[in-house]
Amino acid sequence: MRCEQLAGSLADVADGAVLLDGPSRAHVECCLRCQAELAQYRKLLRALRALRNEVLVPAPGLLSEILVHIEQAGERRAIRSMLTGRRVAYLGGIAAATAAGAAGAIVLASRSRRRMPLAG
Amino acid sequence: MPVDVADLVAAARDGDRRAFDELVRATYLDTYTLAYRLTGNEEDARDVVQDAYLRAFKGLKRFRGDAQFSTWMYRITANCATTFLGRRQRNRHEELSEDLTARDERPAVSPEAQAEASALRDRLQVALRALPPKLRAVVILRDVYDLPHEAIAAELGISESAAKVRLHRARKKLRDDLFARPSEEERARAV
Repeated sequence: MRCEQLAGSLADVADGAVLLDGPSRAHVECCLRCQAELAQYRKLLRALRALRNEVLVPAPGLLSEILVHIEQAGERRAIRSMLTGRRVAYLGGIAAATAAGAAGAIVLASRSRRRMPLAG
Repeated sequence: MPVDVADLVAAARDGDRRAFDELVRATYLDTYTLAYRLTGNEEDARDVVQDAYLRAFKGLKRFRGDAQFSTWMYRITANCATTFLGRRQRNRHEELSEDLTARDERPAVSPEAQAEASALRDRLQVALRALPPKLRAVVILRDVYDLPHEAIAAELGISESAAKVRLHRARKKLRDDLFARPSEEERARAV
């Protein structure tokens, strides 16, 4: 077993994502170089995880900028949905008028057909 | 009084605008911190955060609630930052400015341990800054924010195996920068 063969997986071992097999573990136990590398990866991962607890504070004004942005988006959405609603109402009106017209035409046509034999 | 994010999410999903504003108030520093780490500068981070909340506002109905809201926001932020950086097609490494205030929310430890951790943290920040943005994004999302490979790949628009390769390269480079190469101080002492 050579150190180079293990080098690629030591970070994953430190992460807990990979478990070493018997021969690899035996190598690490007696290889100071691999032990040092593994320890460095563990330290690196701990330091990276610790960054999670750190909060960066932006220059003032970011919160209000976000809220204004959302407010504007909300207004745009409300206007859009109002226009969509009106469009639906217009289309509904047109459809109803068309249906009423068609029904009227059918009634008229059937009445005139009924009158025709009497005239003859 | 602590804010119950789950309640706010439920109210916001039902159309309560005030609840959404409260959600923003409760989470924007965290979102900003991630955006800053991904973009490398304050101006871009502000744009990314605004875009991220706008997307969250529009897509809140699609948030299933099977993940935490913060994780969902991290994914949106990562996606926005990728889009933003891709649009700009930057090929230089952005400098993280030093004038930002970092608030450490970890519990207090001994002064020696704190000093050592602080020194390592400073060197880590420098090493992260030196990483190409594509490698930086993966290592930050995986090792700082604990996002799964699958989610990282999805938000960065790459395959899962590409995300793993990038993570491996980023970790190796960070380790080399932090431990394998002598620090400036050590070099100065050697002269």
